[in-house]
Amino acid sequence: MSAATEDAHVRGSGHEVHEMPGGHGSFRGYMTGFVLSVILTAIPFWLVMSDVLGNPRLTGIIVMGFAVVQIVVHMVYFLHMNTKSEGGWTILALIFTLTLVLITLVGSVWVMYHLDTNMMPADHGMHMPAPQSMPVEPGTAGPAPATHQHNH
Amino acid sequence: MAAHSTAALTAEDFQGPGDTPVFLDAEGRHHPENGTMLGFWLYLMSDCLIFAALFAVYAVLGRNYAAGPSPKDLFDLKLVALNTSMLLFSSITYGFAMLAMEKDDQDRMQLWLAITGLFGLCFIGLELYEFHHLIHEGATPQRSGFLSAFFTLVGTHGLHVSLGLVWLVVLMVQAHMRGLGDANKRRLLCLSMFWHFLDVVWIGVFTFVYLMGVL
Repeated sequence: MSAATEDAHVRGSGHEVHEMPGGHGSFRGYMTGFVLSVILTAIPFWLVMSDVLGNPRLTGIIVMGFAVVQIVVHMVYFLHMNTKSEGGWTILALIFTLTLVLITLVGSVWVMYHLDTNMMPADHGMHMPAPQSMPVEPGTAGPAPATHQHNH
Repeated sequence: MAAHSTAALTAEDFQGPGDTPVFLDAEGRHHPENGTMLGFWLYLMSDCLIFAALFAVYAVLGRNYAAGPSPKDLFDLKLVALNTSMLLFSSITYGFAMLAMEKDDQDRMQLWLAITGLFGLCFIGLELYEFHHLIHEGATPQRSGFLSAFFTLVGTHGLHVSLGLVWLVVLMVQAHMRGLGDANKRRLLCLSMFWHFLDVVWIGVFTFVYLMGVL
């Protein structure tokens, strides 16, 4: 490798320092992120602690919305995510990870919810024989209600 | 190029004239110059999957109280708000440390890193106090599915923060002894990503576990 290309190599990497995730931001950027984070943290705590809306379902959805916005704020202002850092590989890895996270979360909740619904105690008319591995005493067919927790 | 020839390549194939390695990458931009940061980012993404699995466990087991205490009985939101602010403050002070590092101002960087460490210690201290309080009240991880999932998720996050603190102290000593070379700057940038990432995970924890738990 000639001296000229090595020089360009060094300059090239020096340039990329400002584009990589976790690279230096600016004071202005950090302060913007911090102020936004404080606001986005304070509002959900206030909504829940003083029960402003009086509607748990609505409050839950709003609180989740604030969390998503705050995560984006952290990603942009603190982790310095953008579409150009590392030639776009970081954003690609992030999108891939978010896809897996979404599948993990939604899939788990979805599958377990239906499993739970279908495993209701015998009073819902289960005519299946009891599993061989778990012999059921006569008169106490089905799982004991006290030990079964409903997920919803 | 062709996959079948890859196995047959030996070290000699990559030797150009004068024993200089020749890389078969004409354009050069497919491989980022600074591989460490991308590699560390990929590690963070895999860590993200660990937390996704733990969040999924909590989502499934979070309401299985086994006739034991529920989040409403246990969680003190004032304490959680204080804890959250500790982590948020430590995020911004680490940012200031990075700005000082950029200006090669070692003293200011060390000061901001020390403040970051103190905020981190406060966070861990408050979390340990909360855990101690819960266990003292009989809300142990063995009590119910909800508490097992809670202690695993929040405990894993706390363990990450604790190890981040160890890493922080090591890097402060190293930067003090060896100065702010390129290698140390790179390490501090990695820890910066790690630290901000933990704050991102905490947003999920306080929203999903604490705030939605007491609703």
